[in-house]
Amino acid sequence: MAAFALDNLALGYAGHIAVSQLNGTFASGSLTAIVGPNGSGKSTVLKGLAGLLKPISGHIACHDIELHDIAYLPQVGEVDVSFPVTVFDLVSMGMWKKRGLFKPHTAADHDQVLNALVQVGLKDFGASQIASLSGGQLQRALFARLILQDAQAILLDEPFTAIDENTSEGLMALITEWHKQGRTILAVLHDFNFVRRHFPRTLLLAKQPVAWGATADVLSTDNLMEVQRLLEARKSSA
Amino acid sequence: MTLYDLLIAPFAELVFMRKALVGTVALSVSSCPIGVFMILRRMSLAGDAMSHAILPGVAGAFLMFGLSILPMTIGGLVAGLAVALLAGLVSRNTIQREDSSLAAFYLISLACGVALISARGSSVDLVHILFGTVLALNNQSLVLITGVSSLTLIVLAGVWRALIAECLDPLFLRSVSNFGPVVHFTFLALVVLNLVAGFNALGTLLSVGLMILPAATARFWTVRVETMCLLASLIGVVSGYVGLVLSYHFNIASSPAIILTTGVVYIASLLFSRRDFPSHVERKFS
Repeated sequence: MAAFALDNLALGYAGHIAVSQLNGTFASGSLTAIVGPNGSGKSTVLKGLAGLLKPISGHIACHDIELHDIAYLPQVGEVDVSFPVTVFDLVSMGMWKKRGLFKPHTAADHDQVLNALVQVGLKDFGASQIASLSGGQLQRALFARLILQDAQAILLDEPFTAIDENTSEGLMALITEWHKQGRTILAVLHDFNFVRRHFPRTLLLAKQPVAWGATADVLSTDNLMEVQRLLEARKSSA
Repeated sequence: MTLYDLLIAPFAELVFMRKALVGTVALSVSSCPIGVFMILRRMSLAGDAMSHAILPGVAGAFLMFGLSILPMTIGGLVAGLAVALLAGLVSRNTIQREDSSLAAFYLISLACGVALISARGSSVDLVHILFGTVLALNNQSLVLITGVSSLTLIVLAGVWRALIAECLDPLFLRSVSNFGPVVHFTFLALVVLNLVAGFNALGTLLSVGLMILPAATARFWTVRVETMCLLASLIGVVSGYVGLVLSYHFNIASSPAIILTTGVVYIASLLFSRRDFPSHVERKFS
């Protein structure tokens, strides 16, 4: 069964197409990496699936997923770390689906937040200001927020950029756990070896899909050369 | 001179001083928390721009209806919201960023306002609109200010969680709710509303001061947004009182006296707050 079915989808900003010719499905419960060079439209695809961008043409069908059942992890730079909130408050934003705008957080919610902090190894950081966290710690906090969101589909935009290997492996263990629970997961990534180790499926992009399927087939030398060829063709036509 | 003469007599004996105090207190209570969000969103200067943007609305209403509070308020509100909306629209649909489009529209708006006043009024009118008349607050304006103040606090409490989310992580808010653009616009409307209420008490130029200076001062002392809002309001209220007392005894204009008092508190906080630099600053330079 398909969690997301893309039908001739084109996405972009202010009428400018960033990625197009997207046809295919992300199966329910699948774990997919989205890879490609800079500017190839990886983040754009995630934003489209998260409902943050309206398709320029084509459409996305979410079969068994409500929009509010999709959790989206923006790139680290999107969070204003100078804003004065504690780690606890940042993480408890993950309660949104349950509590929305107005409903107060209960004692049980409080425990769940603490629990999520423990799971990502930030047990003692609840009262810290987010400005005092390192990049890796901030990313852990955002993963704790994802835990609370308890979503059917999880979209991760460069979750491991600028964080150390230990943290990446720890967070990857969480992702694997979510995968086992049957959630649909997509992650924008750069490290091909990491993708080969952990992600069964891959979508390779260069402003359009170059290959989409089992990771071993997608990350073949031929396909990567095809990406290179597309990039150079675009450069010479520009 | 007794302490009573110094601190209480001006308000006990003179009705206009009492009204001025009520007006500044009511305004501080709502516009200082708004200011906290302005500085946290890096919009401190946008507040200044918005205060100029409301001028043609106020001036136009002034020329049509005279010094009448309701038309001037509505005029200011319309002009302010129009500039905010146009700037937002242009920045979303063109290559222009929000700051440059806001600058463009507020300058056009300000020029319209000044042209309107110079064509029909005297420079006394302009000074009146720009520098306010805190000592000439009538009951009608007091009702307006307290009404705006109450409404602001109610709305702020209602959108609080969403507003924090929108400042902190706007993409997250958009991914969990359709409330993002609504919150943003509601906040801008509150800014304009408070500036319009403030122009009456302090003038378009100085109403921004009461919004931004206490908020920026509170930022020195606390890292909790709730505390920051309360502290900013407190600083606003106390500065309003001290400013009025100073203006009474030293015979200086009341509005600048109030803002200069907030300025003194700001500089004192800058020098004496013992807070270390936030660690993200340390990290950037280490």
